Amino acid sequence: MTSNLLDEPNIVAPDDFYAALMDLHRDLGLEESAKVNAKLVLLLANHIGDMAVLREAIAAARSGS
Amino acid sequence: MPKTYQNPRYPYRRSDDQYAGTAHHPVIIVGAGLVGLTAAVDLASRGVASVVLDDDDTVSFGSRAICFSKRSLEILDRLGLGAKLKEKGVTWHTGKVFFRDRMIYDFDLLPEGGHCWPAFINLQQYYAEEWLVERAESSGLVDLRWKNRVVGVEPADGGAAVAIDTPDGPYRLTCDYLLAADGAHSSVRKALGLSFSGQVFLDRFLIADVVMQADFPSERWFWFDPPFHRGQSALLHRQPDNVWRIDLQLSSRCDPEEEKRPERVIPRLRAMLGEEIDFELEWVSVYTFQCRRLERFRHGPVIFLGDSAHLVSPFGARGGNGGLQDADNLCWKLAAVLKGEAPDRLLDSYDAERIPAAEENILNSTRSTDFITPKNDVSRLFRDATLELAERHPFARALVNSGRLSQPAILTGSPLISDEGPGHAEAIPPGAPCPDVPLVRGEETRWLLHLVTGGFFGLHYKGPEDPANSRRELARLAEAEPDLPVMTILSEGSDPADGSDSWVDAEGLFAKLYGARPGSFLLVRPDQHVAAHWPLLSSAAVTDAIRKSLSLE
Repeated sequence: MTSNLLDEPNIVAPDDFYAALMDLHRDLGLEESAKVNAKLVLLLANHIGDMAVLREAIAAARSGS
Repeated sequence: MPKTYQNPRYPYRRSDDQYAGTAHHPVIIVGAGLVGLTAAVDLASRGVASVVLDDDDTVSFGSRAICFSKRSLEILDRLGLGAKLKEKGVTWHTGKVFFRDRMIYDFDLLPEGGHCWPAFINLQQYYAEEWLVERAESSGLVDLRWKNRVVGVEPADGGAAVAIDTPDGPYRLTCDYLLAADGAHSSVRKALGLSFSGQVFLDRFLIADVVMQADFPSERWFWFDPPFHRGQSALLHRQPDNVWRIDLQLSSRCDPEEEKRPERVIPRLRAMLGEEIDFELEWVSVYTFQCRRLERFRHGPVIFLGDSAHLVSPFGARGGNGGLQDADNLCWKLAAVLKGEAPDRLLDSYDAERIPAAEENILNSTRSTDFITPKNDVSRLFRDATLELAERHPFARALVNSGRLSQPAILTGSPLISDEGPGHAEAIPPGAPCPDVPLVRGEETRWLLHLVTGGFFGLHYKGPEDPANSRRELARLAEAEPDLPVMTILSEGSDPADGSDSWVDAEGLFAKLYGARPGSFLLVRPDQHVAAHWPLLSSAAVTDAIRKSLSLE
């Protein structure tokens, strides 16, 4: 099966991204964080748009490895 | 309780068949509801007589299916009711979605002009049924038998035998074809012992029709988690006669009989409508819903239509509108079979075409239900996240699901439909219902769907310079298919100076909505679906497509 989901590093400054993600959740309780994460998933999914990529990402997220 | 409508009572009459004890009729329809009556009138419009059996003596009690889609209006217009429905009904095309204390967005279902019929009208089901009864009676071909309860159905001589109970006692009829349009609790389905499988939802909804003088606009308003009904959903819709439909989601643990009592209903409505609005209760019902269907709709001589064949949740108005499309799909086929123009196996295509349509309706209504009534914490979290984003981010509005409103089925994959289109992306796919467009001839403007009604039609789209072989192929077609009416549609700006029987696509909508190019030819079925679409006319291909549409090959 050809893969549509990028697996190799694609973010130029990975540490900056990770820090921004942690900043997003600073001071939030678990429930608030869950809501913010849900919004983030929806915003990013729309940006990607490609259903094949989204399906692979959904499968990869649940695969446990 | 209804104050704005008095149910007519149709008299029970003893028929001659009861004196004889038994009789044979080619077509018996069980159920004089919206779908059964539509089938009877459609068959009558094709010269086919039917006997309609109904266990009651009136039309629908309560407003029930109130949203009639554009496609349903087109179907009922073919049966002579379009203008009446539109005149009485409340036309709407705007929907508003509210989350908690404010509106998050609105939408327009019919943003462009060029339509004979609106996207939807709201009308109480009993009006449509009452007018269908009038059409049925004036046709002279429908034998309506009220207070005739079907108590048994069994196969008999290639057809079916029906045991009927009446106020004068039982009698028996036989028929070649039995159309079961007897609703969610179909007695025919039970008599045949057919399983009706699917998903049953635990959520309960309260429907209240209220009469009030209020200045809410003619729009569909849907609330998620409103302040007046925390944690639940609500829907407000306008009907004629100053009647408003209100749907309120109830807890799955509530007692439905308790919730129906005015002492419970009125405070809920007061909270929603405000203290200053006077209203009276017209009709109250509590419902749960189910998404289920028969595995097959055709069982030899017995064919199921509407709720007896498939049930959906009410979000999306897919019950009544789906049932009308069932009747629309079946009746021209049944008429062709009874007239000897097509073999009995043509009726198998009803399953091939309407089961995928029912599945699509079930899929959509299940998804709407899951969005409206989230089943766990995470689905509620995502639902609320989507609603919060929708106010500012247009993309999220596409994810909000307060009901995906009924769309006509596209019969892709049907054995009757050519699977090859003309090969360009703008072309309407074979199997789609014909979009209505205005056409002009001299001073006269007509709607296409008023012109291609009754049987098969050929539509020939002609540009200023027609492909060289068109004239020759048209002559061949006239010789090969003398009964096929062919309408010539001239491209925008053309002058029909040659005096031929042609129409001008004055607004260019035929070219746009059909993806027609000069020389294009379409074959339209009697139910106004596109059977085939060619970039160039070939008489032989049209003959093949007609034969395919009638299961003759």
